[in-house]
Amino acid sequence: MTTKPLGGGTAASTATGSALLPSPDGPLLEATDLAVSFSLGSALIARLRHEAHVLHAVDGVDLTIPRGEALALVGESGSGKSTLARALAGLQRTDRGEIRLDGKVLPPRRSRADQRKIQMVFQDPYSSLNPRLTVGGILHELLRVHHVVPGSEVESYTRELLGLVGLGEESVHAYPRQFSGGQRQRVAIARALALRPELLVADEPVSALDVSVQATILNLLQDLRAELGLTLLLISHNLAVVRHLCDRIAVMYLGRLIEVGPTETLFAEPRHPYTQGLLAAIPRMSFTADGDAPAISGDPPSPLRIPAGCRFRTRCPIAQPICEQQDPVLTASNSDPAHSAACHFAFADAPPRATAAGEATGEGARS
Amino acid sequence: MNGGESMSQPLLQVDDLHVQIASRRGIVRAVDGVSLEVPAGEAVGLVGESGSGKSMTLRAILGVLPPEARVTAGRVLLDGVDLAQLDNRRLNQIRGPKIAMIFQEPMSALNPVMRVGSQIAEGPQVHMGMNRRQSAERALELMRRVGIPDPERRFSSFPHEFSGGMRQRVMIAIALSCEPSLILCDEPTTALDVTIQDQILRLLVRLCRESGTSLVFVTHDLPVVAQVCHQLAVMYAGRIVEHGSVEGVLTQPCHPYTLGLVRSAPDVDHPRSSLVAIPGAPPSLVSPPAGCRFHPRCKFAEEDCTVSDPPLRLLDAGHATACLHYERCLDELRTEGADR
Repeated sequence: MTTKPLGGGTAASTATGSALLPSPDGPLLEATDLAVSFSLGSALIARLRHEAHVLHAVDGVDLTIPRGEALALVGESGSGKSTLARALAGLQRTDRGEIRLDGKVLPPRRSRADQRKIQMVFQDPYSSLNPRLTVGGILHELLRVHHVVPGSEVESYTRELLGLVGLGEESVHAYPRQFSGGQRQRVAIARALALRPELLVADEPVSALDVSVQATILNLLQDLRAELGLTLLLISHNLAVVRHLCDRIAVMYLGRLIEVGPTETLFAEPRHPYTQGLLAAIPRMSFTADGDAPAISGDPPSPLRIPAGCRFRTRCPIAQPICEQQDPVLTASNSDPAHSAACHFAFADAPPRATAAGEATGEGARS
Repeated sequence: MNGGESMSQPLLQVDDLHVQIASRRGIVRAVDGVSLEVPAGEAVGLVGESGSGKSMTLRAILGVLPPEARVTAGRVLLDGVDLAQLDNRRLNQIRGPKIAMIFQEPMSALNPVMRVGSQIAEGPQVHMGMNRRQSAERALELMRRVGIPDPERRFSSFPHEFSGGMRQRVMIAIALSCEPSLILCDEPTTALDVTIQDQILRLLVRLCRESGTSLVFVTHDLPVVAQVCHQLAVMYAGRIVEHGSVEGVLTQPCHPYTLGLVRSAPDVDHPRSSLVAIPGAPPSLVSPPAGCRFHPRCKFAEEDCTVSDPPLRLLDAGHATACLHYERCLDELRTEGADR
């Protein structure tokens, strides 16, 4: 099976070749109007319950990632951040929209060469590695299928990869079960890097790990970025992790991006009320055990019953009548084009005052 | 500053608690000589990595250990009564009116086939002698207190109809239903989103302050402890290695493990260029290393650390450490502070 590369191989060489020549500074990845939906159960029952039959997990997202950047995607569970990541990695069928890598549109069914370019690291290293293959086996299989290196170099390249993620050579013969959580996550990163991807998508790579181990994985990702010039899309709900690792942040709420901006700008001057609340809700080492009103009250609405107009208005402390009528679009700030937000009052001179947010208003439970 | 101890008896006093788990590889000493005091009206945090024995300590207090684990030594004194000596019937009279527990996963702690209102009303019926109508009234009042919207309608819902945050509110309502003097929390917000975690923590702190309830709060998240607790005990490999006021322990850690925990977590307000991880992995609790259990991972370790297991000793202001060379942590913090 180690003859010439299949059709994908030639396509890859021409694609990278052409991408390098015309636009070296165009974005690496460009997604426009991306949408993913899931249809659930019976349409009749959904109608009886006055709910949508189709769940719009990602609902019209535009996203660009420049080469070499670390972009964070943050949001609550159910905001669609993981679905968006899977769609970008080609693991999820999209309803509409276009994903361009290096200026070239990725078709719904990707060739092997295209699959190679976007690789993922998953949250749970206990379920994302094949338990019946040794670490060497996992990597060898991958390298042979994708013809990353000539057959004779597979062994040495495997050792090189393991060294890169800080695992010893002896781990080649070990099974995933023999590793701790942090080491497994290293194997998962080695697996993703084996294909020399252009974009690494890491979906909550440290949430399943203990704090002391998290640090080693975060440092590893940071080192790899510096060493390999890796472009990284990090999905996380932990804003401290995001601030540590990423250049830019995109905040997601109910399937839409509601604010995008450079990390420090977003932390210093969050413009969307949701981002402001999200930042205020982070527990801090401030020793202030007070029982005041929470940063954001209520639960996120069910994605099956997305509010009309602005999606955040049911929990928004500054919601106005216009928010019910008009769905705000993601608009860039006049002063800082890199910073955009989807709120009618994001860059207004005098945004409305926050009304006293009572405990637990809005959508209580799912039912 | 040792005056606090002589003032009054603590509400809960755990004394040299040992919990062992029988496993195929041998006896796991999950909790190995833990002593802890919880004064009335205070919140004590218990932090450590997974496998450090923090949850086992909590479960041993309430007598809800998994079947393969048992308390082999030690006392758990609540108001002077040793819970470790009580049989299940007597314990059931304590669970609810005296001690309640909030678990990490409300979905597996709630009864999936019982209406939420009835679950909240059950405690007052059994322990406070209320009839159906009175207990239902009480359940509605509790649901209002914990911020469940539209309680009259929600009363007859089932747990699966609630979101994660609302389920945890139900758990809190159940915990508060018989007005216990102590609530044990096992990572109550770990499974929740930050915004919901923020709501639940604030609610918990407010309710406990209003009713003077004590808390034992198990978590691995240091900022959460800083928000909720007054005192903090750090556990490592079945032992408490440092204990003191939350502010004292987190700003002046006197044990290299605590120092490691504080520095390995990224701080959202003070991003640092690189995180300092703790090298190595926690030891096996079947055959823990001789001497200080942390010494194989400790960069300050000396010859004497490998000889005998250092006990907790009091420094000042109620701050205790089990490290023989704790000054080095403080030195390191000082030089780091100078570098900044």
